Amino acid sequence: MKKIINTTALLLVTFVSFGVAASSSVHLDSANTDITDKKSLQNGAKLFMNYCSGCHSLGLMRYNRFVEDLEIPEKDVAENLMFSGEKTGDLIKSTISEKGASKWFGATPPDLSLVSRYKGTDWIYTFLRGFYKDESRPYGVNNHIFDSVSMPDILWQLKENKSEQEFNGEVRDIVNFLDYVGEPAKLVRSAIGTKVIGFLLVLLILAYLLKKEYWKDVKYGKWRVKG
Amino acid sequence: MNNNKNWIDQRFPLTKVWNEHLAEYYAPRNFNFWYFFGSLAILVLVLQLVTGIFLTMHYKADTVNAFASVEYIMRDVNWGWLIRYMHSTGASAFFVVIYMHMYRGLLYGSYKAPRELLWILGMVLYIALMAEAFMGYVLPWGQMSYWGAQVIISLFGSVPFIGPDLLVWILGDYSVGDPALNRFFSLHVIALPLILVVLVFLHIVALHHVGSNNPDGIEIKENKNDKGIPKDGIPFHPYYTVKDIVAVVVFLILFSAILFYAPALNGYFLEAANFVEANPLKTPEHIAPLWYLTPFYTILRAIPPILGSQFPGVLAMFAALLILVALPWLDRSKVKSVRYRSLPFKVALGIFVVSFVSLGWLGIQPVISPEWYLSLASSIGIEVETALYLLLARLFTICYFGFFVFMPLYTSIGNVKQVPQRVTE
Repeated sequence: MKKIINTTALLLVTFVSFGVAASSSVHLDSANTDITDKKSLQNGAKLFMNYCSGCHSLGLMRYNRFVEDLEIPEKDVAENLMFSGEKTGDLIKSTISEKGASKWFGATPPDLSLVSRYKGTDWIYTFLRGFYKDESRPYGVNNHIFDSVSMPDILWQLKENKSEQEFNGEVRDIVNFLDYVGEPAKLVRSAIGTKVIGFLLVLLILAYLLKKEYWKDVKYGKWRVKG
Repeated sequence: MNNNKNWIDQRFPLTKVWNEHLAEYYAPRNFNFWYFFGSLAILVLVLQLVTGIFLTMHYKADTVNAFASVEYIMRDVNWGWLIRYMHSTGASAFFVVIYMHMYRGLLYGSYKAPRELLWILGMVLYIALMAEAFMGYVLPWGQMSYWGAQVIISLFGSVPFIGPDLLVWILGDYSVGDPALNRFFSLHVIALPLILVVLVFLHIVALHHVGSNNPDGIEIKENKNDKGIPKDGIPFHPYYTVKDIVAVVVFLILFSAILFYAPALNGYFLEAANFVEANPLKTPEHIAPLWYLTPFYTILRAIPPILGSQFPGVLAMFAALLILVALPWLDRSKVKSVRYRSLPFKVALGIFVVSFVSLGWLGIQPVISPEWYLSLASSIGIEVETALYLLLARLFTICYFGFFVFMPLYTSIGNVKQVPQRVTE
């Protein structure tokens, strides 16, 4: 038993040191998103469609999927989310042309379907709030965590008309939405996991009692050879 | 019922097989925690085979569609995300289980006579499993899939004389591309699983022929009753089947906790960079294989190139794997179990475990010196020429090989304890 404890402790220490070493040196603000917050996700979807989707695709996501998942009323879809005659089963593609984009911005705006998975929510949250004035850049802005970024500060109007706290909230909603888009299953998997583990815990009790019953024989040297 | 059984038994040895391998297979009654991992390995193998079958139904093995097809599984296929996460978590779980299983062998000397072939079959299984995992990791065609494959396959190019031709032969192209992806897919879903299943079968046949070892390292067959049954044995079924069910449920709880709450496990089971589609024109900042391959990757990086060739490192990496096969003949100790071993062996085993875990950890890190090391060096006026992590990699590589090379020596010295006649509680 002591050995097992020692081994586990060793593994645990290694694991914790992994985590520490893996964190990068750039300071990121905590996005603190809540994927179970439907209102936040809905608002994030609206903001994304209005501010981001012109240039950035969500090429792995379908309109009807997120409309259904986020319980967005049908009438709002056409009014607030779909602007260029798409069908509801379509993938979310930006309308900007690749050639035009690289001519105007110097780079093609990346597809953001999985951005939350490879950059992380904290990075997006810090990035979107990290623009500052820099006249030497073509669009007059630069970014604290993405030097010489090609993207203009698309949310500047939002930032000007709101308090800092409100603005952070809006950005958080966009990040929340992108987190959902990165992994739609995230909406359901925790809840399913709780049920699965609950079932397994009950099974564990039964399995343990079964084992104990059988092993009484072994304990008292009573098991018999068949035949 | 009995009639049906007789009908089958006259045509197929059903009852005989059942008895020989379960109901009348006598296993030592003192199995402990470490003896769960053989059964668990079979469980994970079945899990991987079944989820793999369903993934193959939806996956597209071609460089244009592969990445999107995996995301299609994650989004549009009913329960596809669950099957995919089971498979990706299962891959890491497989290695956790196998490493525990192998460590058990080291602890209790399960590789010693008469179980040498059993051990060798296990080592071949381990190497086949690594190949299987490596090729599976290429299939999602993310950045790490692509660049990991590029790094590992390029090792074959360092073989003297035939290297470049060998590389083209393996890849079917001059770099990792569509032909490589297709053949990796074929090997991953057909060739290697077949080999794994056959090897597992042989591994179990060999085990049931020689009988299981136990935490005391005693041969229970040497002490039988008048019916020819080992006095310290109990039938595998029902006693160990019911005990293993408990272990299976505990395993599934831990497995589900990762699967449902943190399937990427902070980048250790699914790397963040692999959610970017493979791009041959953009090398990632830091390429690292998944955690289960990193000890050997570190050994590869630890060996300096000779005459500009990486080949010595490649040799060292494969030697690190192959030397495990020689273990039964390197160990000269009279006792099997660590419980009765001499102090030098216990020390060596401790150093080996620390080295192996450290090599694994170093394989995930870039080759650098951490800040505290640099400031410490400058404060005492030493110039840092070689990165600390490279020095450590070399140190632990020496320890790793030292465990095997000096084994004949340190297993011959020191006092072993008296092994009891019968298993202890």
